[in-house]
Amino acid sequence: MDDGYRKIALDGLWSNNQALVALLGLCPLLAVSNTLINGLGLGLATTLVLVLSNLSVSIIRHWVRPEIRLAVFVLIIASFVTAVELVMNAYFHGLYKVLGIFIPLIVTNCAIIGRAEAFASRNPVPRALVDGLAIGIGFTLALVVLGGSRELVGQGTLFDGAQLMFGDVAKGWRWTISEDYPGVLLAILPPGAFIGLGLMIALKNIIDKQLKRPEKVPATDAEPISA
Amino acid sequence: MRNLPVLISGILLGLFGVLGAGLVGLSYEGTAERIAQNKREALLHQLHVLVPREQIDNDMLTDFIEVSAPDALGVEKTRVYLGRRNGQPVAAVLSPVTAPGYAGPIQMIVAIQYDGTLAGVRVLSHRETPGLGDKIEVERSDWILGFTGKSLLKPRPTDWKVKRDGGAFDQFTGATITPRTMVTRVKATLEYFGENKPQLFEIGQPQEDTGNG
Repeated sequence: MDDGYRKIALDGLWSNNQALVALLGLCPLLAVSNTLINGLGLGLATTLVLVLSNLSVSIIRHWVRPEIRLAVFVLIIASFVTAVELVMNAYFHGLYKVLGIFIPLIVTNCAIIGRAEAFASRNPVPRALVDGLAIGIGFTLALVVLGGSRELVGQGTLFDGAQLMFGDVAKGWRWTISEDYPGVLLAILPPGAFIGLGLMIALKNIIDKQLKRPEKVPATDAEPISA
Repeated sequence: MRNLPVLISGILLGLFGVLGAGLVGLSYEGTAERIAQNKREALLHQLHVLVPREQIDNDMLTDFIEVSAPDALGVEKTRVYLGRRNGQPVAAVLSPVTAPGYAGPIQMIVAIQYDGTLAGVRVLSHRETPGLGDKIEVERSDWILGFTGKSLLKPRPTDWKVKRDGGAFDQFTGATITPRTMVTRVKATLEYFGENKPQLFEIGQPQEDTGNG
């Protein structure tokens, strides 16, 4: 039982990371990841929608007839996204203005309906909840890392705009490499997002390979002896 | 009764539609007031950055008129917020004024003292190239503060150009189009204001308080 949850969490965060493995939700991922805070904001909003939609889809999974299930999922997701958009507009007005059109566009993030269809509609509520949370956090992490690196390379800062999210306390969080950092335009522009994502996927593949190696070592060692 | 499953599906789908609409409706009810408040505060903050609160004694948010002068202001509809003190005109804030940018319209807010001096210009939204044209944002560069204090007398109207064109305004490296279009538009706005300011302040008497600010 415990193992089941661990696998769900690990899948969402790493082995089936929606951004790095499934390559879903690329539109917001590439467009909003120009600073760390933007990435974090959109990531958290997406996570909230994912958890809520997974929860409701799992609750109603026995009552929804198969022929209308996709329509119902879309309805649920669209409603939650609109609600989240209104709440963000009310309580995080600055961030809302920065993220702009990409909040309503969470609806079109295939990762969300993907999880509803592939997981939440076939699993009990607690498992669906954990899955939503893990997938959401995995997506958020990818956004934050990509946003952070683009911000760092592109404009030489980190946590720029933190006050939009955390209030006036965060005004001093902005960290700059040096005042006369020239900036790398490419990293801020859309191509920078593609290059950054490519590098992240490559890095993940390298790490995965490294992790696999120790298991294989005894097997390859044994071969020459038997031969 | 072959159609029963279809009927059930339809009813179910309708039910979920009602539930979804209900959720959205509830969140709207819960947040509408605060969102309106946010918008008001953001706008008020914007206005008072350019026309300080202590210079005026009226509520600029309710004291405005809508004008349409696309040739001068670059946009179909512009709001002119009027600042007064003891009933005398002090300054006007025009929002938005639009200049054709390099990659789409640049929306600006232009504040002008009654004597025709610029109280300041700010960019509301733009799509200029990051790192080049976005130096028009006050957070990124002081360039836009250069408008403050200028009028059609200082510099002379013929000098309302960027330096590359022989005028008095700085451009920034790598982006001439953006400053050029903005200087042109601000000049046109000043001319418009100069020709129309008596009417603007006359028509825009304080409106009846409708109770919602």
